[in-house]
Amino acid sequence: MTASRIWHISFNTFREAVRDRVLYNLVFFALLMVGSAPLFGQISVGLERIVLVNLGLAAISIFGVVIAIFIGIGLVSKEIERKTLYTVLSRPVRRWEFILGKYFGLAGTLAVNTFFMAVGFFAVLVFVTKSLAASDAQLLIAIYFIILQFLVITAITLLFSTFSSPLLSALFAFGLFLIGSFADDLRGLARMVEGPQHSLLMGLSYIVPNFGAMNVVSQVAHQQSVPATLILHNTLYAFLYAAAALSAATLIFENRNLK
Amino acid sequence: MNVIEISGLRKSYSVGFFKKTEKVALKGLSLEVREGEVFGYLGPNGAGKTTTLKLLMGLMFPTGGSAKILGLDIDHPRVRTSVGFLPEQPYFYDYLTASELLEYYAQLSGVPAKERSPRVKKMLGRVGLSDVANTQLRKFSKGMLQRAGIAQAIIHDPKIVFLDEPMSGLDPIGRREVRDLIEELHDEGKTIFFSTHILTDAETLCDRVAVLNKGELRGVGVVADLLSSRGATVEIVWRGTSAIASVETLGGKCHVAAEIVRAVLEKSNLDAAIDAVRRAKAELISVTPVQATLEDFFLERIAQPSETTVPAELSI
Amino acid sequence: MSIARKFKSPASRVAAVVLVLSLIAAAMSARRIDEMRPEARLEEVLYLQSPAVIKFMSLGYTGLAASIYWTRAVQYFGEKHYAKAKRFDLLPKLLDLTVDLDPHLIPAYSFGSIFLAQQPPEGAGMPDQAVEFIERGIRENPDYWRFYYNLGFIHFIERHDYKAAADAFERGSKVRGANPAMKTMAALMEQRAGNTQTARILWTNIYESTDEPIIRRNALTRLVALRVDEDVWNLDHLLEKYIDHTGSTPHSWQELISGGILRGVPADPSGDPYKLTTDGHAVVQNPQKFPFIQRGIPRGQSSPETITPESRKVVEGAQVTPR
Repeated sequence: MTASRIWHISFNTFREAVRDRVLYNLVFFALLMVGSAPLFGQISVGLERIVLVNLGLAAISIFGVVIAIFIGIGLVSKEIERKTLYTVLSRPVRRWEFILGKYFGLAGTLAVNTFFMAVGFFAVLVFVTKSLAASDAQLLIAIYFIILQFLVITAITLLFSTFSSPLLSALFAFGLFLIGSFADDLRGLARMVEGPQHSLLMGLSYIVPNFGAMNVVSQVAHQQSVPATLILHNTLYAFLYAAAALSAATLIFENRNLK
Repeated sequence: MNVIEISGLRKSYSVGFFKKTEKVALKGLSLEVREGEVFGYLGPNGAGKTTTLKLLMGLMFPTGGSAKILGLDIDHPRVRTSVGFLPEQPYFYDYLTASELLEYYAQLSGVPAKERSPRVKKMLGRVGLSDVANTQLRKFSKGMLQRAGIAQAIIHDPKIVFLDEPMSGLDPIGRREVRDLIEELHDEGKTIFFSTHILTDAETLCDRVAVLNKGELRGVGVVADLLSSRGATVEIVWRGTSAIASVETLGGKCHVAAEIVRAVLEKSNLDAAIDAVRRAKAELISVTPVQATLEDFFLERIAQPSETTVPAELSI
Repeated sequence: MSIARKFKSPASRVAAVVLVLSLIAAAMSARRIDEMRPEARLEEVLYLQSPAVIKFMSLGYTGLAASIYWTRAVQYFGEKHYAKAKRFDLLPKLLDLTVDLDPHLIPAYSFGSIFLAQQPPEGAGMPDQAVEFIERGIRENPDYWRFYYNLGFIHFIERHDYKAAADAFERGSKVRGANPAMKTMAALMEQRAGNTQTARILWTNIYESTDEPIIRRNALTRLVALRVDEDVWNLDHLLEKYIDHTGSTPHSWQELISGGILRGVPADPSGDPYKLTTDGHAVVQNPQKFPFIQRGIPRGQSSPETITPESRKVVEGAQVTPR
């Protein structure tokens, strides 16, 4: 029963996203960016593939994050504001089921989007390089890591959406995405200072999502291989972090009075 | 049998960000609703009606007291399958069509897959939305949305239906339709608990009503009893000012306009007043019983200062 | 329904436990990932080489971007230093990018030039680039006299160009608010005073002007070496006098002590007594403890050109008060 309710909520969330015009605009721009990559490639002679991979994967990642945040911020708060949540929660739907349903719905939406953008990306890649090498499988790993990032950022946005207004949620989530992308630098900074600031910065650098490690775009652009252990650990990390964010969201939402 | 039992239910919020002040929305509400009745929950805006409904629906958590629905604590999961709820001025997922909306709610309520689609069809027919079954809700008028709202509240065939201000914002035809739907549900034996600040609706529909003001219950009872408890009054009109003094001693306040005097009196003092008019040789024009309305009762009750606590059960 | 039960609903309790466990596990996993890719922490390639692009991408927060690049430069240097690398190929580029973004980032010039100037692994061994870099700092910040000091230091210590060093100190002494010692330094340089005295003043200044552990340790090692040089020079001088006086070479320090020439057995900065060679010279027992020394090296041995574990111990133990 629980599973079927979560599934129905997920499906409805997916359906809402798919029927939203904003989504198509964003996907359109992302594909436009991927498609325009060969133009940039021509400017830098001999670097077509590198530029294409960097730009294409960056487009998939950035637009995915934007979609995750823009849809994610409204997942809970919009339902409260429009009172649609009242008609859901007055039914035999547990609040945590609602949170999970919303999460899987958006995560599914992003997975489907990423699939289409990846297809577009590979089409452009084949068009430009006229061939696909076995090493291009590394690109799939980079895309897989991008999806892992989406899983984390979606959970974070959903967490903010349970207690904050959409605008603030967007700011928080985007800020955390930026900080998380520079988590390595934060740790570098922590190593340079001493005393209480050191522990504080170090602790902070491990609490923020470690997006830096999930970005191997530059590596695969230079055809360096990604170690299998990194794939395993990044997967584990993304699941754990998403679980943490979702349980925080549940904790807040379970005890929230819906005024 | 009581299907809803509320005892000492309290709710307070802290408002303000820096300087928190406590705002009490509900001050120890106790109330029972019987099986199969249409129960009207009356009160001006801000009286605590919606708060009560949200507490009963588990959308908010009480600060104190308890409530049972069908003999179970309101946070018991089984309660949710037997209740239907229509929030005040609801919006629905406007990207869905009417039938998708009802299908979704049927899924969430655990209606078996096989029964869903016939039930959605039946329900759309019942609320008169069959023609627009495949139209997205964003194109619906307010009255259509309200009907869709009632449909979602009863799609899973609940025993008790909670409606928050179901008639507000509707035109007379819309109100009529909602009223008819409530009556039909009543005939099917469902218990209906609805809040309203429109008294005529309550007067025509309800078996019993409760009056709430500022988070406190001001009276509960059968509509007719509540009205009779006020005591019947009559209006007496005559020409000539000479009888005024003696009528006023009977408790009637006299209004004089161009030699015509009007006074409203307790029915029991009518004979004495007529005698007084005759004695003064004034010309009696008319004697009319005054129709007591729920509105009078309502105004009277909410006008009471909040210190005087009214016995919860006025006349049963 | 009790309120206590509601606020501690089963779902809440499960969520709280999952939250704590998964957060801890995630942090552990992040650590693990970090350990797995120490090299990946700073890729050996700079993807963004154009300051214009970085400025654009930093959305106008060039100061912040400069700080990030400066952090990266220090990290890069630190990691290379730790790995005892011989090449620091990216360092000049990182430093240039940093000051392209913020031309007034003082520590970038002063530390950066020292990192560049010193011999590996204490530094990148690029004194010419160091001179170029600090000259740029002077151009951008003409009122900051300490850059002239850095410049003079690099010319003197690393490039042994006394004329250029004198010129740098001279120019610096003319800046308003400059330390009067700059004039003295210029004069010393003019005399081609490549003696230990000058070197000591320079290293002491470096030592006292920074908290940067790598730079401080290096300065301290240099100061210890200078002290050994000076000790040995003095002892040799005394021994020479003794031999002149008695006509015989002493066999032990005791002979000099009885002769009233020494008050006790002379010890090096690590506390070991100096050894007396058969031909009447003072040498250190273990040159591994004293990199960079010019004198007192036992025959057949040499002084290391870099910091050694032994020398590190000496420096850590020494309550160095640069005289």
